[in-house]
Amino acid sequence: MHSKKAPLPLTIAAFGTLLFLHVPMLIIFLYTFTPDETTYTFPLPGFTTKWFAVAWGRADLWRSLTLSLQVATIATISALILGTLAAAAVYRSNFFGRESISFLLVLPIALPGIVSGIALRTAMGGFDIPFSFWTIVIGHATFCVVVVYNNVLARFRRTSTSMIEASMDLGANSFQTFRYVVLPNIATALLAGGMLAFALSFDEVIVTTFTAGQQTTLPIWIFSQLTRPRDRPVTNVVATFVIIITFIPIFLAQRLSASSSDTEGENK
Amino acid sequence: MLNKLSTYFYQRPRLVLLLFLAPPLLYMLVVYLGSLFLLLINSFYYIDDFSGLIIREFTLRTYAQIFTPANREIFTRTATMAFFVTITSAIISFPLAYYIAKYASPRLKTWLLIGVTIPLWSSYLVRVYSWKLILAQEGILSYFINLFGLSGVLQWILSFESIGGSSLALSPLGMFIVFVYIWLPYMIIPVQTALERVPNSLVEAASDLGAKPLQTFRTVILPMAFPGVIAGSIFTFSLTLGDFIIPLAVGNSKFFIGQAVYSYQGTAGNIPLAAAMTMGPVVIMIIYLLIARRLGAFDAL
Repeated sequence: MHSKKAPLPLTIAAFGTLLFLHVPMLIIFLYTFTPDETTYTFPLPGFTTKWFAVAWGRADLWRSLTLSLQVATIATISALILGTLAAAAVYRSNFFGRESISFLLVLPIALPGIVSGIALRTAMGGFDIPFSFWTIVIGHATFCVVVVYNNVLARFRRTSTSMIEASMDLGANSFQTFRYVVLPNIATALLAGGMLAFALSFDEVIVTTFTAGQQTTLPIWIFSQLTRPRDRPVTNVVATFVIIITFIPIFLAQRLSASSSDTEGENK
Repeated sequence: MLNKLSTYFYQRPRLVLLLFLAPPLLYMLVVYLGSLFLLLINSFYYIDDFSGLIIREFTLRTYAQIFTPANREIFTRTATMAFFVTITSAIISFPLAYYIAKYASPRLKTWLLIGVTIPLWSSYLVRVYSWKLILAQEGILSYFINLFGLSGVLQWILSFESIGGSSLALSPLGMFIVFVYIWLPYMIIPVQTALERVPNSLVEAASDLGAKPLQTFRTVILPMAFPGVIAGSIFTFSLTLGDFIIPLAVGNSKFFIGQAVYSYQGTAGNIPLAAAMTMGPVVIMIIYLLIARRLGAFDAL
């Protein structure tokens, strides 16, 4: 069927759907240039680039950005460690309850975010854990683990065990084997999983609203503008920035996994 | 030293397994499942109306509150929305999924898949926000509707009590559009995966045997793609049930489950009731997953 050309209506519908998925984000970018502070008037009543400078000068935005980057970094590192360990365990051994590991790890993204969020909040409240930077990280790590796990496990399954055996036969100990054989093999999977986890954490808002105290991550800042718009043009700039900062790692991760023909994105 | 340690571990694979498994398992069991369990426990407590304190005694009275007419209405409204969002996503997903699965060259396919997965992974909040600009009364959609002289039609649609409102940005119809937009990629990917598995020879055989394209679609392609639709619907349905950001950003004052939970928990401080309310989507999802498994959706995931 590859030889046949697609019928024109199908092609139009397919690319129309693709446009539907992407044009709204471009519209935010368009609105970063509006001089209009109080409405979303279209066509734009003028053209200005001053909002980029205004946003740049906002101290609260820098604080939120720093916080979001810190949270995403630590959540990603935790997810890399926990996800890789879980993937290694599932790959190398057969044990009771092995099938439920995937199910357990996928729960945080299969259940609505509000369920995880309120559950974590209740638990933290119940144990009098004060809301802080770390409570945000704990929440984010729960749904980041599965991304790394899926990527690394898919890679493990395509890696032949004979390489590990050969390394051991040639006299390398387990640590050397890990360092020189296993790690280079899973490196791109770790990178792809880590970048996806980072992007997930960087723009997560639902769980964060429940696990953050006074801290304002960048998504929380946007969320507050969503319900009570005060800085419309600045919000457009911030939103565009968030799109770009999450687009890059996801794009790279997809390219990476496409070139090594994994299909981790589909497991979400 | 390292060699000795290595040998020590090599001879004890069970210990290594334990060391590997303990950190992620402890984290997920204690932090995540533990929290979910606490939430469940809390739903059996109740809040004292006078003191506003949570009374930690087993009771079903909090669950009884869910069945008040107001809360029942919230459940019906949310489930209806989730249902229509799921159906619509399934229909809209087909052309693109089919094109990717059957017509795109390998190179184009990679790019199209990236084009679908990027919105799936990224910027949920920003994607919701974009519709605030688009649906605004003075915004871009109204501009084009006026340009084509369709504002009368829009007013007519918005005049219906159940889907309309003062403007698109404040109506269930607007909310519906945003829901479909946000969750559509979650439907396209599994449908595409399922269509990928339909052998071309089968489609050709159907047409050789005289089936018209529409007949082939209905009798060959659709039944084989159905598990994919069910798999996608798990996400579209579940995510719509629990969402509170979209109703807050776009909707009118009528509550959805997520919003109700959010406000009971936040402003009202009524954690037991919020907990009991979240059990609603959880139970609906568990039933849904069981049905989906029977229909073979997990093979398509």
